[in-house]
Amino acid sequence: MIGERRIRVSVNGTVYEVGVEPRTTLVDFIRGDLGLTGTHVGCEHGVCGACTVLVDGLAVRSCLMLAVQADGSEITTVEGLEGPEGELHPIQEAFREEHGLQCGFCTPGFLMATYEMLTDDPKPDEDEIMEVLGGQLCRCTGYQGIRRAVDSAIDKLGGTPPADVFGAGDPGEPDDPDADAVGAAPTGEGSHG
Amino acid sequence: MKPAPLDHAAPTTVGEAVALLNDPEREAVALAGGQSLMPMLNLRLARPDLLVDLTRIEGLDHIRESGGWIEMGAMATKRAVERSSLVRERQPMWHEATLQIGHPQIRNRGTVGGSMAQADPAAEYPAAAVALGGEVKAVGPSGERTIPATEFFLGYLTTALAPGEILTEVRVPVLPPGRGWAFREVCRRHGDFAMAGTAVTVDLDASGRCTATRIALFGVGPVPSRAVEAEKIVDGEAPGEEVFERAGRAAAGAIDEPLADVHASADYRRNLAAVLTGRALAQAVTRAARPEGS
Repeated sequence: MIGERRIRVSVNGTVYEVGVEPRTTLVDFIRGDLGLTGTHVGCEHGVCGACTVLVDGLAVRSCLMLAVQADGSEITTVEGLEGPEGELHPIQEAFREEHGLQCGFCTPGFLMATYEMLTDDPKPDEDEIMEVLGGQLCRCTGYQGIRRAVDSAIDKLGGTPPADVFGAGDPGEPDDPDADAVGAAPTGEGSHG
Repeated sequence: MKPAPLDHAAPTTVGEAVALLNDPEREAVALAGGQSLMPMLNLRLARPDLLVDLTRIEGLDHIRESGGWIEMGAMATKRAVERSSLVRERQPMWHEATLQIGHPQIRNRGTVGGSMAQADPAAEYPAAAVALGGEVKAVGPSGERTIPATEFFLGYLTTALAPGEILTEVRVPVLPPGRGWAFREVCRRHGDFAMAGTAVTVDLDASGRCTATRIALFGVGPVPSRAVEAEKIVDGEAPGEEVFERAGRAAAGAIDEPLADVHASADYRRNLAAVLTGRALAQAVTRAARPEGS
C-alpha cells in the first residue's frame, strides 16, 4: 500500500491538515474522511454531477479529482451554503419553493453548479442556464422545477453575489487560513507516515 | 469504488515530469485535467503505479498569439479557452469546438493537451486540429519535437507520443481573412461525445469558386481524418447545394469502417457524416469572403 500524504485544504472555511492515501478521490475524502455527506456520489465517472463542489471557486466533479490534488485549495460544499444560524441560502430556498427536488440526491450538485453560475453572472441568459443545468442529471423531479428554481434564485439574489448573502466573504474563504480554525478529520488522521 | 492503489507525484517542471514518466521501475501515466483518465481509474480500466500530475507545472497554461499561430499550453483548461477573446476572435472554429465539449463543470478542469493526448475518436479538439492544420509540441528525454496534427493520431486512443513524452503545447493557425469555417456534430444530448461530426474550412477565389477546402470527420472512425476526395470535389466549384451534397456523400463513402456501437450503427454514422458535411460546407461558405479587390 502507498503511504499517506499530508494535505492542507480549507473546506467551508475550516482548514484541515490530514493524511490521505493518494488514490482517494476528493468526494470520498469529503464524505468519508471529513464526514461531510451532503455532497453525494453517484456515477463516479463524471457524468451525473451529484458530487459537484467548488474548488477555488470553480464547479468541478469531485469524483474526478484526487484529494491530494486539492492540497492548498479552498473547497465549498453544500454544507457551506447555509447561513450563520443554519438558515437556507436563497438558492436552496428557491429549490425548495419551486419543487426543484424530489428525492434530493442530485440536489447538492445542482445547488453548487447554480452557485458558480450566479457568481460568474448574476443574470445569466437562457442559453447559459441550460448549458450549466445540462451538466447535472436528475432522475426524478424532471427539470422544469429546477429550471424555475434558478429563475427564482436569480430574483431572490437580485444581483448579490451568492457568497455575500450572509455578509461579506465566501464561505470557502476564511479570513486567515493560518488562524485557529484547524480541524482534524475524524478518520484517516496520522495513522501512516 | 476508487482507483486501485497508486502513487501520485506533482512535479513543478516539465523536466521533472519527464523523468518521473521514464522511471523504468514503475508504470507511470501523465494526469492532466483528469476528465477522461479519472473515470478510467475509478472503473479500474487503468491501473498505473504512478500518476504524474501535470497540474502544478508552471507555464503550461498560456493562451497567446505568436507568429500567426494561436498557441495553447497543454494545461490550459477548456474553460479558459472558452473565455479567451483571443481564441474567439482569431480562431473562431476552435472556440466553437470548445463549446461542444462536455459542460462548464467538465471544462473547468479538462485541458487542451489532455483532449489531444487522450485521442478519443469522437472528441472535438483532435478534429479541429486536423482540419485547421494544427500542431502539437511534445517533450521527452531526447528533447522537444513538433508533430503535425494530421500525423499525431494513430488509432483509437493512440497517438504519436512516445512512452515518456509529454504533450506541452497545441497550436493552430490564426484564421486567415476571408476563410469560411463550420464545426458541426450530432449527439444524443448536448455535451456528449459526437456520434458523428465534421470540421470544415473553405476559401473563395477571386471568381467566387471554392478553394483550399479542408474537411475533417470525427466520431466515425478510429481517428479524425481528412476527407480528401470530398475536398477535391468542392475545390474549383462555385458554391451550391448539389456540389456540397455530392461532397458529403463522397466524404461518407470514403470512411473505411464507421464505428458501430450502442449509440449509433455504422450506417447511421455514415449518413450523419454525409449530411453534416454538406451542411457544414454550406455554412462555411456563408462565412467566407472573396479576396479583397476582387
